[in-house]
Amino acid sequence: MADCIFSHSYLILLCPLLSFILIGLKFLRSDNMFVGKFAITLSAISCGYALLTALTYFVAVMGHGHSLPYPEKIALDGAWLNFSPTLTANMGIYLDPISVMMLVVVTVISFLVNIYSVGYMKGDSSFNRFFALLALFSFSMLGLVVSSNILQMFVFWELVGVSSYALIGFWYEKPSAVAASKKAFIMTRFADAFFLLGILLVSFQAESFSFQTLNSPETAALLNTNFLFAGLSMNLLTLATLLIFCGGWGKSAMFPLHVWLPDAMEGPTPVSSIIHSATMVVAGVYLTARMFPLFAASESTLFIIQCIGAFTALFAAVIAITQMDIKRILAFSTLSQLGYMIFSLGAAKVCAEGGHHESSVNLLGYSAAMYHVFTHAFFKCMLFLGAGAIIHAVHSNDIMKMGGLKSLMPKTYWSLLFACLAIAGVFPFSGFWSKDAILLSALQSGHYITFLVGLVTGGLTAFYMFRFFFLIFHGEARSELHEVHEDPWMTWPIMILTIPTIFAGLLEHFFVANVVPPQLEEVVHFTHPGWLPWLATLAATLGIGGAWLFYKNGKTEAAARLKSIFGPVYIVVYNKFYMDEVWLFITHRIIFAYIAAPIKWFDRHIVDGSMNLTGWLLQVGGKGVRLAQSGQLQFYLGATVIGFIVLLFLG
Amino acid sequence: MTLSHCITLSLILCGIGLFGMLTRRNLLGIMLSVEIILNGANINFAAFAHFKATDPVAGAIFPIFVMAVSACEIAVALAIILSMYRRKKRLDVYRLEELNG
Repeated sequence: MADCIFSHSYLILLCPLLSFILIGLKFLRSDNMFVGKFAITLSAISCGYALLTALTYFVAVMGHGHSLPYPEKIALDGAWLNFSPTLTANMGIYLDPISVMMLVVVTVISFLVNIYSVGYMKGDSSFNRFFALLALFSFSMLGLVVSSNILQMFVFWELVGVSSYALIGFWYEKPSAVAASKKAFIMTRFADAFFLLGILLVSFQAESFSFQTLNSPETAALLNTNFLFAGLSMNLLTLATLLIFCGGWGKSAMFPLHVWLPDAMEGPTPVSSIIHSATMVVAGVYLTARMFPLFAASESTLFIIQCIGAFTALFAAVIAITQMDIKRILAFSTLSQLGYMIFSLGAAKVCAEGGHHESSVNLLGYSAAMYHVFTHAFFKCMLFLGAGAIIHAVHSNDIMKMGGLKSLMPKTYWSLLFACLAIAGVFPFSGFWSKDAILLSALQSGHYITFLVGLVTGGLTAFYMFRFFFLIFHGEARSELHEVHEDPWMTWPIMILTIPTIFAGLLEHFFVANVVPPQLEEVVHFTHPGWLPWLATLAATLGIGGAWLFYKNGKTEAAARLKSIFGPVYIVVYNKFYMDEVWLFITHRIIFAYIAAPIKWFDRHIVDGSMNLTGWLLQVGGKGVRLAQSGQLQFYLGATVIGFIVLLFLG
Repeated sequence: MTLSHCITLSLILCGIGLFGMLTRRNLLGIMLSVEIILNGANINFAAFAHFKATDPVAGAIFPIFVMAVSACEIAVALAIILSMYRRKKRLDVYRLEELNG
């Protein structure tokens, strides 16, 4: 029974693929309502089957009394490319706790976003194209999630990149949308180049692409050698894992590759929602988790991951405080939350202490990160969908132009209140539990700075989320409002999402105890210090209190005073620490001028030049030969005779 | 009369023919020159057969073959020349340069 369900799990991928192909090829000119319902139906089937698979997976494995951690299952696996007798690339469906969890998250979010989009995209001239691309996006992400080997993952990884490119630049008449889609694509592709190098390095050494082999201790031992590069001693394992992490670095938009993410807000809001909760940016976290046993073998890699995550979490939270664009606040909030997940993964190892040489594995960081992926997906999706509903009503992205929407949009108001409480980490909403687990893992890893960063970021998160909340819903309307109404297509998905947002906290124990990589076993157990939840709650309360103090009733005078006190600092933060400008400087002034321009010169003059020279020589030679073709028989004959005589005398 | 006399005669005929082919502007003249070259060759064949071969008949057959072939050639070439004359109304090879590359 269970095996039958697993072996048909390709259905989860097939539905969105079919949806993409049929809408894209057949229904592109059909009635919008029909296409919307068609897409919703197929994603509902996919979602239902994913839930069934998840249920079966956990129940079947639990019911038969398997020892934890759960074994991974390969539902389908067929050879795709045979490189050599020992090296084969497969295409398969790989089920383990995190992939099953992601299947549920992606399909549920994609299902709700599909419903929402019917309301949001109503009247758009490219309505059908939107649904086709959305289906492709879900398909790519699902394929990525269930990949049984790293090459398959890379294929779907790039598909995710392509479909996000198409969706971010969905309104291609808008130059800013085109620029944003190009930026997202190029930045993530830049990181993917390193990812590919990492894949080549690892699979060359391990002679396999499959995650099972790559994550085994043998591969880690094989890679754990030092080599000299430019006089520096480097560890091959650290290099390879860092290269692979680069892929996640770009896709999950960790500092300094984060600049594409806020710009990606140019896409339609449902796209932002699905990118930020279940697909694109989560892919990086997922990749890190998927390769975790290999990453865990290198302490330096985990340390670097932890530092990048913690820095991004704080950095993005600080920027989010100053932003005025409703979607950009949420974008920076996502960055910050992704930082949480990444540093939690990096913290899944405990520093060597005094007597011990080997540091020990503590898998709480891993489970906590996955748990936060799970909870964050729901409330972040809801926040974006809510923001979309508000933008639809107000026709502006600027939170300074909103205010007083509480009575006009009560359903959105209450739902978003839950989401904001959840992301701020207030008991008993889901975010509280996952953040608590992450903070605990940071505390256990022995990196107290990371723990502190997590705590401060938590407070900042609460502050900027409630700044956002109060400015939008409370006080007086600060601009002339159009006809504000709540579209049921849009409010229902938002309201449904409140269920996991409120109740996902119940799953904490399940996640922390069970979602661990099969290849690793937990070595150390820590007790949960009783003061930690109180400290986290204190940080959240301070944040919300601060927001209440400055922005209650939608008033902005106190905030303006504060703004003028911190003048220059505020401007720097508001401009996102000028990271865009730094990138522009690096790319335009340095890369374009000193690397691209000489390469272009070389290409134009040496490469093209040699080709042109060959062509020119042939042309000139042809002209010369044409002169000889006089058509004069006697000239030919004379030439023959003279040639004959010359040959005779030469011979 | 020795072999060298015969070869000299054949060489002279060949030279005259070649000279004619290279310098004549009239197609008919060129064709006559070709005939002279062929006859030079024939003399060569016959002379070598007469002075050197053990069986002189073998060498005498070749000129007969050459004559037969040249008769055919004349028939074909004259036909071509005639039709060309009908079309162009001239046989000046310097003006017939349609194959110019």
